[in-house]
Amino acid sequence: MSTPPSRRKLITAGLSTLAGASGLAVAARIAHHYGLIPPDHGGLYGIGETLTYAGQRLLMSGRSMAREFNRSDISKAPVVNGRPPEVEAYERQLTAGFTDWRLSIDGMVGRPRDFSIADLRQYPARTQITHLACEEGWSFIAEWTGVPLAHVLNLVGVLPQAKYVVYFSMDPGWWDSIDMSDALHPQTLLTYGMNGQELPKGHGAPLRLRVPRQLGYKSVKYITRLTLTDDLKRFGKGLGSAPPEFGYSWYAGI
Amino acid sequence: MAESGHSWPATPTAEAAVAPRHSGLVRVTHWISALSFFGLLISGAAILISHPRLYWGETGNRGTPSLIDLPLPFILAGQNGWGRYLHFLSAWVCVLTGLVYVFSGLLSRHFRNNLIPARSDLGWASLSRVYSDHLRLRLPKDTSTYNVLQRITYLEVVFLLFPVAIWTGLAMSPAVTSVFPWLVTILGGQQSARTVHFIAAVSLVLFLLIHIGMVCLTGFRNRMRAMITGRGVH
Repeated sequence: MSTPPSRRKLITAGLSTLAGASGLAVAARIAHHYGLIPPDHGGLYGIGETLTYAGQRLLMSGRSMAREFNRSDISKAPVVNGRPPEVEAYERQLTAGFTDWRLSIDGMVGRPRDFSIADLRQYPARTQITHLACEEGWSFIAEWTGVPLAHVLNLVGVLPQAKYVVYFSMDPGWWDSIDMSDALHPQTLLTYGMNGQELPKGHGAPLRLRVPRQLGYKSVKYITRLTLTDDLKRFGKGLGSAPPEFGYSWYAGI
Repeated sequence: MAESGHSWPATPTAEAAVAPRHSGLVRVTHWISALSFFGLLISGAAILISHPRLYWGETGNRGTPSLIDLPLPFILAGQNGWGRYLHFLSAWVCVLTGLVYVFSGLLSRHFRNNLIPARSDLGWASLSRVYSDHLRLRLPKDTSTYNVLQRITYLEVVFLLFPVAIWTGLAMSPAVTSVFPWLVTILGGQQSARTVHFIAAVSLVLFLLIHIGMVCLTGFRNRMRAMITGRGVH
């Protein structure tokens, strides 16, 4: 025997729904303004992705460092995952010792230009022993040497409106992107060395972008181009990177 | 039934025996948690089969010795993509619902009144009697309150298994551990966290099977009615 809800109850419910909805709308605008919404935010799964990305961005600072290890922790057998690009140009570069390899940087930068591997080796290097975990579940630890991406971005002069660095592999179809928080992070390296030697073919020679605060698939191998942008919708299907186009999340800090 | 005027044992009418059992908040959080746990379970399985080997320490891969080799095939056909999206969505639902449940349970004294066992029930003799009764499926008739084994089990699920699963899940995140490295270092490494996460999940599944089994054995319709409508026959 339920009684019909009173007018006051209806008004209260209506007002609180309105307040809740406008509160959500305001929260969404604030989150968007502070770059807390990932590019693959659509659909039901996008709710989880947005909570994870926003939550971790609020929790982390630009200075929170991925764990670093000792020499004795380095894995004896670092797993090689995937194959080098099956394109003729890669074979040619490999035979020539990558002397003609170029990293081009364009987009929202003051001075777009190309870098050779020799150019990158001139800059102050950083060596770090970090964990690389694949989203499948396996992992290894290696020592990585390279130039911090932040250093190279400084050289080309990033425009203030840039929000993301999009990076492309010579491997056809492989591209990804990170926000400026990860791009300017001191551990994000344009890596050319591994375990005291030149970066091996299977691990991305001659250049791999290591992003140690995210899972392995964000550390794209065989990097040829970076572009700075304020809008990821212009790239591919607009989901921020190649992985969401075949079902994997853009943000992989998990 | 003192007001009925009959001397004990009176035959209670069906009307009189239907009494409030679970609060609205317990019911709503129960079913949302159940749904999110189902999401976590199938997505967790989808993630696990992409690498059904478990390790101890910081690292582990096909080139290193494993701790546990699950008798499952390696399925790399992209099942972990949707699996991961669903896992993290379900995890958020589960954690937020769990927080509402725990905080309201503390405020309403649900844990103190209904779940913390009486000291007298925790004696060895009393515990072993209830335990052996359960094993022989001589189940308590009084369902108006939780028996001591139920109390211990529910407290363990709420305050041990779910927190361990959440903790070990966070300990696998390179982003979270960049802020709180101790989350993973006290476990002995990222692969140890993954293994403990698996053990917590298996324990929760065991709980779920026994939980559903007990619901069936002690009157499925009545138990479901109590958890859906809030009222059940005692």
